[in-house]
Amino acid sequence: MKKTSKVMEYNRWGYIFLIPFFVVFVVFQLIPLISTIYNSFFENFKSGLKQIGPNFVGFGNYVKILSNPDLWKYFGNTMIMWIIGFIPQIIVSLLLAAWFTDPSLRLKGQRFFKTVIYLPNLIMASAFAMLFFTLFSDNGPINSMLMQMGFLPEPFKFFSSVVATRNLVGFMNFIMWFGNTTILLMAGMMGIDQALFEAAEVDGATPNQIFYKITLPLLRPILVYVLITSLIGGLQMFDVPQILTNGTGDPARSTMTTIMWLNKHLFSKNYGMGGALSVLIFIVTGILSILVFQLTGKEQTN
Amino acid sequence: MRHSMKRMLSVATSIAMVSSLAACGGSSSSSTTAAPAAETTAAAAAETTAAPAETTAAATEAATEAAGGDEGKVLNIECWNTEFQSRLTDHYPGYEKVDDTTGKIGDVTVNWHITPSDDNAYQNNLDEKLPANGDAAADDKVDLFLMEADYAKKYVNADVTMNVKDLGITDDDIKDQYQYTKDIVTDGSGVLKGLSWQACSAGLIYNRAIAKEVLGSDDPEKVQEAVKDWDTFNATAKTLADKGYKITSTVNDTYRVYSNNVSKPWVDGTTVQVDDNIKKWVDDSKALADAKETGVADLWSDDWSAGFYPEGKVFCYFGPAWLINFSMHGDDLKSVAGQGGWGFVVGPQSFYWGGTWIAAATGTDNPTLVKDIMLKMTTDPAILKDIAVKDADCVNNKSVLAELAGETIDPVAAEDGKAGNITFILGGQNPYQVLADGAEKVDMSNISDYDQGCNEEFQSAMKGYFDGNYKSYDDALAAFNKAIVEKYPELTTG
Repeated sequence: MKKTSKVMEYNRWGYIFLIPFFVVFVVFQLIPLISTIYNSFFENFKSGLKQIGPNFVGFGNYVKILSNPDLWKYFGNTMIMWIIGFIPQIIVSLLLAAWFTDPSLRLKGQRFFKTVIYLPNLIMASAFAMLFFTLFSDNGPINSMLMQMGFLPEPFKFFSSVVATRNLVGFMNFIMWFGNTTILLMAGMMGIDQALFEAAEVDGATPNQIFYKITLPLLRPILVYVLITSLIGGLQMFDVPQILTNGTGDPARSTMTTIMWLNKHLFSKNYGMGGALSVLIFIVTGILSILVFQLTGKEQTN
Repeated sequence: MRHSMKRMLSVATSIAMVSSLAACGGSSSSSTTAAPAAETTAAAAAETTAAPAETTAAATEAATEAAGGDEGKVLNIECWNTEFQSRLTDHYPGYEKVDDTTGKIGDVTVNWHITPSDDNAYQNNLDEKLPANGDAAADDKVDLFLMEADYAKKYVNADVTMNVKDLGITDDDIKDQYQYTKDIVTDGSGVLKGLSWQACSAGLIYNRAIAKEVLGSDDPEKVQEAVKDWDTFNATAKTLADKGYKITSTVNDTYRVYSNNVSKPWVDGTTVQVDDNIKKWVDDSKALADAKETGVADLWSDDWSAGFYPEGKVFCYFGPAWLINFSMHGDDLKSVAGQGGWGFVVGPQSFYWGGTWIAAATGTDNPTLVKDIMLKMTTDPAILKDIAVKDADCVNNKSVLAELAGETIDPVAAEDGKAGNITFILGGQNPYQVLADGAEKVDMSNISDYDQGCNEEFQSAMKGYFDGNYKSYDDALAAFNKAIVEKYPELTTG
């Protein structure tokens, strides 16, 4: 009896230490979240200097958004650009992580390269997008280089081509995030029991066999985690295409992501429509996150 | 049990995490729309160094009179750059500069509140302050604010701007101003609510060397013949293309010319409508772009300004005096402007581009001083002449422009890092007659509250059509309609 109360006493400190987090969470996250949901049920925007609303419209905003075929188009754009960036990202990261963690390779200057591949992530996405915008503009350096080398007779208009613009966005996301993914995968690979690798080597497995039969299956929880967090990040893709296309999502709105569309509603301070769209994105993101915790949780219980 | 608790907790934290991400997405609302510098106005271009200049030590009667009495001791001016500040510093009698954002007129302190227009920040700032102006503390009240034509109607049609007549400015005071500069700041019931010192009428600026080679002469009259209306203009484009020149740098060059000559406003009631002349811009531009007789880059992009140099091979630009003076790289001796290689004619249709309007904010506690500033800066012929000569603004005064048109202005050659004067850039031509005639012809009675958004979104949607990313005009129009309803949820599209 006495023992348990002491434990309780001790536990109380845990809760006290959690207070700062919960205060910050409630003020900066929970309250804005609830007000977003609340706002999504109202017609509420500004026309010039005139305020229209707030008038309660129930699920009117949701019906408007979900019945708009463009939502699916923008969602599709977001997914396409995420996949374009994610596939090279996971392949390159796996390769680099495998090399970095393989003791038999004895790579020199590991620390240096680990820093270098992470560096692009430290640049602000908007600065990075501006850089690419300048590099690939019609009279930009890339075009003049390609023309001087004789590959192109006249400048290629990267930002007038759907394929080129989407690929640029995907490529930028790849460059920015592959370092981060590499480090996550390395942590996962180093967590694998070395004895397994040694045993495999003793049994005469080739490096390829070791990679496919041991590393990959044991890396699964980390891979799933990387996949889902990247997907969540991808769903919220905004800054790169926004800056690269000056907020237009051109050519022909083929690089308009859902968050960029959300941003469009805020020109007229349309909190109702903006809120409804945010809530929808929140739900999708929420489902994906629960999935992560389900999957990683299962691994732990096994 | 304990295990499932853990599970619950982890799910809870996960939700917390997600909500933080989603909330992040939601609140990044007014995020950056920065981009290839969109200084679309005379203001931005004309924003030269705020020359300290000689400050008139003796305050004039009006200023002292205004400062006395029971009026406010603080004059707050809202603006987006230092253009008007430098005009006031240089030309308003009695203005003393204290530091970069404050000045003094008599014993009234002048505060400059500068909010850049990027990202709509300037308008957001006005939207916040103006409706609450009546209740603000005396020293915090906005007294004067500046507007651009694109969005002037928004403020003019609301009751945040004062009728200039209520300030004591009469029709007779402003009889020398051009009608279009008044139309832009006249509200729905015909009340004039602002004034401008600039009349940015514009014309066609052509490359003399190319004119000589292709048209056989660089004489303004001969060139005007080749661009006198749109059909002739498009025919000339073909002749130029055969010799390897583009008629304009991009299709967007001509947009303002067409859109200033519409017969109905963008919005009728709450319905968006596309004027025939704007449709004509689409058709003409599509034909030019498909024939590679012009490009499709945005204005102010590097691709657009390439034609400021001879290697750009661009025959003409459309623009007002400030474009010639401040934007065409006249300080670079390698540029066409630096060599005095441009000419100036009216072009196919008259139009204007840019200009800054001064309006009095409802609730001002300095009406006398506000009136005096508006009157002196926009109607006083001596001050306006001075502004025209020193700052190269095309001023909003018929008699001053007529006077300038009659004078011989000696060309001042460009040096490296220093632009020549306008007569030099135009190869010795005095542009004021053309500018004055143009300002007379501009008709802005069809301007609407929604012009800024409509013009921007229309050009952006049509870019997709010119590029071939929209298969037809109708597809591009549908994209425009979508964008408009996002911007202005109260509008419906036809």
